[in-house]
Amino acid sequence: MATPASVVERAAPPSAPRALLRRLRHGDEIAHLLTLIFASSIILITSVIVYELWINSHLTRLKFGWHFFFTSTWDPVFEQFGALPFIYGTLVTSAVALFIAVPLGIGAAIFLAELAPPKLSDSIAFVIDLLAAVPSVIYGLLGIFVLVPVMRTTIEPALKKTLGFLPLFQGPMYGVGFLTAGVVLAVMIVPFIISVSREVLLAVPGDQREAALALGATRWEATWKVVVPFAKTGIMGSIFLALARALGETMAVTMVIGNDPKISASLFAPGYTIASVIANEFSEATADVYLHALVELGLVLFLLTFILNGLARLLILATTQRGSVHA
Amino acid sequence: MATVTGFPNPSLALGASRVNVPGEAKPSPGAEVPPRLKISKLSFFYGSKQALCDVDLNIATNRVTALIGPSGCGKSTFLRTLNRMQETIRHTRMEGQVLLDNQDIMQMDVVSLRRLVGMVFQRPNPFPKSIFENVAYGLRVNGWKGNLREAVEHSLHRAALWDEVKDSLHKSAYALSGGQQQRLCIARALAVDPEVLLLDEPCSSLDPVTTAKIEELLFHLKESCTIAIVTHNMQQAARTSDFTAFLLDGRLIEFNPTSQLFTTPADPRTEAYITGRFG
Amino acid sequence: MSVRTIWRKSVNLVMLSLTGACAAITVAFLFFILGYLIYHGGKDLSWNFFTKLPTPVGEAGGGMANAIVGSAKLLLLASLIGVPIGFFGGVYLAEFGGRTFSFLVRYTTDLLNGVPSIVIGIFAYTVIVLPMHQFSTLAGGFALGVMMIPIAVRSTEEFLHAVPTSLREAAMALGASKWKTVATVVVPAAIRGIITGIMLDLARVAGETAPLLFTAFSNRFWSPGWRQPTASLPVMIYNYAISPYQDWHRQAWAAGLVLLGLVLVANIGARLILSRKTMLQRT
Repeated sequence: MATPASVVERAAPPSAPRALLRRLRHGDEIAHLLTLIFASSIILITSVIVYELWINSHLTRLKFGWHFFFTSTWDPVFEQFGALPFIYGTLVTSAVALFIAVPLGIGAAIFLAELAPPKLSDSIAFVIDLLAAVPSVIYGLLGIFVLVPVMRTTIEPALKKTLGFLPLFQGPMYGVGFLTAGVVLAVMIVPFIISVSREVLLAVPGDQREAALALGATRWEATWKVVVPFAKTGIMGSIFLALARALGETMAVTMVIGNDPKISASLFAPGYTIASVIANEFSEATADVYLHALVELGLVLFLLTFILNGLARLLILATTQRGSVHA
Repeated sequence: MATVTGFPNPSLALGASRVNVPGEAKPSPGAEVPPRLKISKLSFFYGSKQALCDVDLNIATNRVTALIGPSGCGKSTFLRTLNRMQETIRHTRMEGQVLLDNQDIMQMDVVSLRRLVGMVFQRPNPFPKSIFENVAYGLRVNGWKGNLREAVEHSLHRAALWDEVKDSLHKSAYALSGGQQQRLCIARALAVDPEVLLLDEPCSSLDPVTTAKIEELLFHLKESCTIAIVTHNMQQAARTSDFTAFLLDGRLIEFNPTSQLFTTPADPRTEAYITGRFG
Repeated sequence: MSVRTIWRKSVNLVMLSLTGACAAITVAFLFFILGYLIYHGGKDLSWNFFTKLPTPVGEAGGGMANAIVGSAKLLLLASLIGVPIGFFGGVYLAEFGGRTFSFLVRYTTDLLNGVPSIVIGIFAYTVIVLPMHQFSTLAGGFALGVMMIPIAVRSTEEFLHAVPTSLREAAMALGASKWKTVATVVVPAAIRGIITGIMLDLARVAGETAPLLFTAFSNRFWSPGWRQPTASLPVMIYNYAISPYQDWHRQAWAAGLVLLGLVLVANIGARLILSRKTMLQRT
């Protein structure tokens, strides 16, 4: 049997250690509670964002209903608000941006994932991460002073000369407009396409590539016909991600799009995007209806990016999991 | 009960305090000393899968008890129930009773239990801190009030590491070799003066020379500490332990003094295992 | 070699070179941006720029001292919101969280991350500017703070996850309670990564313009306290760039160089800190 002293000292815990023990256990609970509170605040903040967007747009939602999205008059003086020009502008600039950025981005990603030696691939990937870190207003700066003159004097005339039979490339050339905004957006979103696509391509199991090469395919054929299709969903995901970014991009676009709420067929024409009109007019919105119209635009933007980001994540998840199942 | 010669006992702010009990002399081989740990009808479940089934075992005081058996027989699981480390895994359930000096470990405060029952893991896992801070960690966490430096030095002596690190106590623990790191982990566990030391295949990632050093360490340690060691290496069990338990598929097949188990095993399954017919 | 094979090999060469060209073009963008800013901005970077207030149009010698200070104040406020929520939220997800609630928190964090910065500006406007009836540093700092949260949470969680379980077990086996284990072993082991994550987060938020346009607004003078509108570097760049004045254009370039310089230093610095061998890797 254990000696009496040892039995006593542990069988009857003295009150001071017991209180301390309780505090210790509470320490764990306190920590859990503290961190839980902070984690919950994230959910709280996000919910309040949705709530505020909703209630601060009720005037225009009630007044215009669904017509808001199909009307193209934007007249603060007579309080007629229609979102169509901005939706058009957002879609067109994003489309131009994707048209340029997707081939460029996927091409670069293929190079980095398949051809470049690992060290070079990592260094270039780092440079591309830096590109993604450049603030939007700096892209805008270069857009206004470098790109716009070049577009006006060189590129747009060239396009007009060669492709001018298309309504896309007709009309006066100001330098600012849908095309310029699209180009700036393309440079801004290409890093996202590259970094996600590169990771997705690297996750494709090596034996896929090897099987193709063993059958006598060239490097390019193995890449284009086997590896890229395998990673197809993930690459789609990266495009959705980039599109979501393009939709929300404000400053650079505002600085080069011309800020004209008109719908035009020509890419040379000035236009307006949802984010730009909010940026330009929010601080000057005098009447409540005016403000609510802008907030409703913000709500639309929120919903669009929410859906796109959600889809993007699903697609990227699907690819990387598929890769690991095969491995 | 063991005390650390020449050093004041740690007066701990938390958990039970340890007192030098006069009259309990160093037990001589074969003397009747009550077992430090009494395990009865221990069963353990990972979800619905049963890993241990009705294990009855006594861990003798100031002796080395080895746990052997093929992979997956439950010996590590068993060891980890003794200091309730299994509670860190979700969806586990324990049935049965484990008594430490006649106190149910499930009734004790788990933090105090873990100070009294220390553990050394399979792979050395020193903290990303200095050597000194590694050994001092357990003392700090448990509210040690004595002289930290002396306690650290003493632990390093007990782990036979002091001479090698005394001039570089403030260097990173990761600067040590694998064997030194494992001895550091032993020192770290010893710093809080545990009554029981559990070792889960402590030498499996170490070379034979280092293994021999650690085995020698255990031989000296058992004078002041009760030791339970899980090992894959039967020769190690034969070399180092006083008692050996053989587990198979979650059940205790045989538990006997080591010399007896390895020369005249009582159960045919034990014999089959130790002669290498399986496992 | 048949004609077909020659064709295939040529296609191979051309396409592979094209991909290399794509990568080269993208890399060139960064150097182009940097080069242009250094060229145009470097010329006007002077002591005046950092110490003087903006002067009325036409007068030379103005600076952006108030914008620099304003940005610093905004970042301070932002970190007061972003760092605690991000850090403790990350700790929750990595160490304490239950399955379903953690999923909800992560999902919401990703959702918040995807919200366009201008919409966050609208949020800050409705929640702070409207009740206060004025633009303020407070509103701007709040908007930036909300933007900081998702990245701070995600990077904290990631670096905490990277700490091996064996360290946690070792601490618990010595009798450390869960919160002590986290506070004295896990967080210190991950602290380098967590700090760089926050550094990068601050750099990103420092360049944000849109959420400030109608929260902190702008100010030609010093902004005392926290309840007045304040100038900030990005908004200054924007206002000056779209103005018709040459002098202001030059200052916009200089400010752009300063801003980009800060962002790049933070990014490269973070990379260097993370790649240096930590205590964990020294052999």
